[in-house]
Amino acid sequence: MIDRSHVGLQLPVVHWPVEKGRLLAFARAIGETRPEYTDEAAAIAAGHPSLLAPPTLYFGAELDAGTIQAMMETLGVPIDRVLHGEQGFTYERAVHAGDVLTLRSSIADISEKKGGRMEFVTKVTQLTNQRGEAVGEMRSVIVVMNG
Amino acid sequence: MAGEQETGVPVKVGDVLPEMVLPAIDRALLCRFAGASGDLNPIHVDIDFARRAGMPDVFAHGMLGMAWLGRLLTGWRPQSCLRSFTVRFMALTHLGNQPVLRGQVVDLLDEDGVSLARVAVEMLNQYGQLKIQGEALVALD
Repeated sequence: MIDRSHVGLQLPVVHWPVEKGRLLAFARAIGETRPEYTDEAAAIAAGHPSLLAPPTLYFGAELDAGTIQAMMETLGVPIDRVLHGEQGFTYERAVHAGDVLTLRSSIADISEKKGGRMEFVTKVTQLTNQRGEAVGEMRSVIVVMNG
Repeated sequence: MAGEQETGVPVKVGDVLPEMVLPAIDRALLCRFAGASGDLNPIHVDIDFARRAGMPDVFAHGMLGMAWLGRLLTGWRPQSCLRSFTVRFMALTHLGNQPVLRGQVVDLLDEDGVSLARVAVEMLNQYGQLKIQGEALVALD
């Protein structure tokens, strides 16, 4: 049973440079071949400052930084008992290679079903870029299997 | 040009996005996605870890399927039109599953003078089993 007093917990702020090589590797892994995601010259010709980041790319930022793993430890949840339940994004501004994103996350909710055999941790993240402009929001629901 | 595709045909409820059918998921793909995405949870790449956790084998990252659904959406409209994108992971996606990605316009709405399409998206496997279900709001102007 996760301590409900963790609702409102703020995770350490993460600054995440959006690296060109990472974008190329991500595009290759998901089979994305269109030029705005894979060819910097073509992306620039199409009006982008550099390669365009696909819409789910920066989910990995807090995994890179280790803050998700640290959050699980704080909550007392072993990683082999968690599943990804839901994921949402809202978009206000494009992200490109060369940007540096800032992620500010907090635990928005902890709930349970089936008499506590399943618990749900909701994390909400605000994203801004190096100019302080809003990029969007991420919302993750992590399912913890206790049963 | 509100609500019109490049062909000039207005978008309407019931319109179907071009379906994507992908090759069967294998271990090498999950390794590549782990490294590229930053999701290094061993449950997706290490069969010994997966078995200790009570799973018969490794299984795909949920975010891999969501990234594919992102391709479906941005292949239909430029990414700059994407306003929101939300999914629910309904069932584990296993090795050997061949993802089938579908989308359909389920509503048209107007928000602050911008025409938006609400698009329902889903990922199934080759047996028609639902793996991911979600929706997106896509600007049409």
